[in-house]
Amino acid sequence: MNRATIDLWVGIFVTIGIAAILFLALKVGNLLTLSNEPGYRISAAFDNIGGLKVRAPVKAAGVVVGRVEQIHLDPQSYQAVVSMRIDRGYEFSRDTIASILTSGLLGEVYIGLSAGGDTQMIADGGRIAKTQSAIVLEKLIGQFLFDKAASGPSAPAVNGAAGAAAANAK
Amino acid sequence: MSAAAANAFRRLGGATLDAISRLGFAARFSLAVVTHLPAAFRRLSLTIREIYFSGVLSLVIILVSGLFVGMVLALQGYDVLSRYGANESLGILVALSLVRELGPVVAGLLFASRAGSAITAEIGLMKTTEQLSAMEMMAVDPLARVVAPRFVGGVISMPLLAALFSTLGVFGAYLVGVKLIGIDAGSFWGNMQAAVDFRYDIVNGIIKSIVFGTAVSAIAVFEGYNARPTAEGVSTATTRTVVASSLSILALDFVLTVFMFRGVH
Repeated sequence: MNRATIDLWVGIFVTIGIAAILFLALKVGNLLTLSNEPGYRISAAFDNIGGLKVRAPVKAAGVVVGRVEQIHLDPQSYQAVVSMRIDRGYEFSRDTIASILTSGLLGEVYIGLSAGGDTQMIADGGRIAKTQSAIVLEKLIGQFLFDKAASGPSAPAVNGAAGAAAANAK
Repeated sequence: MSAAAANAFRRLGGATLDAISRLGFAARFSLAVVTHLPAAFRRLSLTIREIYFSGVLSLVIILVSGLFVGMVLALQGYDVLSRYGANESLGILVALSLVRELGPVVAGLLFASRAGSAITAEIGLMKTTEQLSAMEMMAVDPLARVVAPRFVGGVISMPLLAALFSTLGVFGAYLVGVKLIGIDAGSFWGNMQAAVDFRYDIVNGIIKSIVFGTAVSAIAVFEGYNARPTAEGVSTATTRTVVASSLSILALDFVLTVFMFRGVH
């Protein structure tokens, strides 16, 4: 096999190899739209973050506007401090509410931002003051049973065991 | 009794010394290959020839295997995911398993058996037929002329082959998932793009494939250069290349995965 043919084939091989890397980056990894390099950092403190993980999306009105970068526990207040990177181009007013939400019953946990009406925007390194913790399903069910039991024996659809448990709790 | 014990100790001692001298030879050999790396770029035509032999000629097996691995992943993944009503996550499952693990590892294993064994057999036969000694007689350094281009060619080919493997796998999963089973194309690609991170998943996969390519090429040229100059020696060396590269790919994969994907912190 002569030199020119080998060069041609290697050229084709390298080209389709690089094309494959580009395909992975653009079509599979979506490099263009998820540029998380630029942007600014804000943080928020939650009483309970539920199943939130690093790299979870931050959404406003369902649109991904950033990612969770770091989660740690504040040793003084025992609150979870979540720092997130918001893409450049999105700004949020200072009375924005950050809540921990779940998409569907088993879906991923994300942070939802609902914008307020303040004219001042959160700057780089700022903190969201109003937060809403994750809804823990077990607590919700416990609360529901407790309320049902507390409202008296006439309450329907509460079985004896739950009522007794609630009575013990009192 | 004491003679038998002495014999056992002698065997143990001999095996230890052999292992140490082999390790020392491997270290000196790797150092020599590294110092001869510039030669591979000075005589680029030799390296291009080796990329042709180890890369281009491996294309068929890599592309076909990638396609079939992707299609099987899609079928099996769909079977499990549909039990949880998560059919639309098939794209995530396939893309993440291919880009992070299967692409580099399976392409590396195929590369070791397709190209690594050929490199070992070629160099080993060159040694057996005293071509390497003949080169030395003509003041041509076999490390620069024979070993370095093959090593560099393998290191360059491997990441490209792994990327092609993953790409064809994703394409195969698309064929089975979207065209055959009927998952919505938009959610297949959309969920995949939302879940796969470029730096975290794809770049780490490419780093893995570069490491595997380096390991396989290094083992292949070493075993060939170190082969006993007999027909049996060449065949042993070729077998050792495939076994050692496969094991080192799997072991390295575990170590790299621990460092790359040990949860997020």
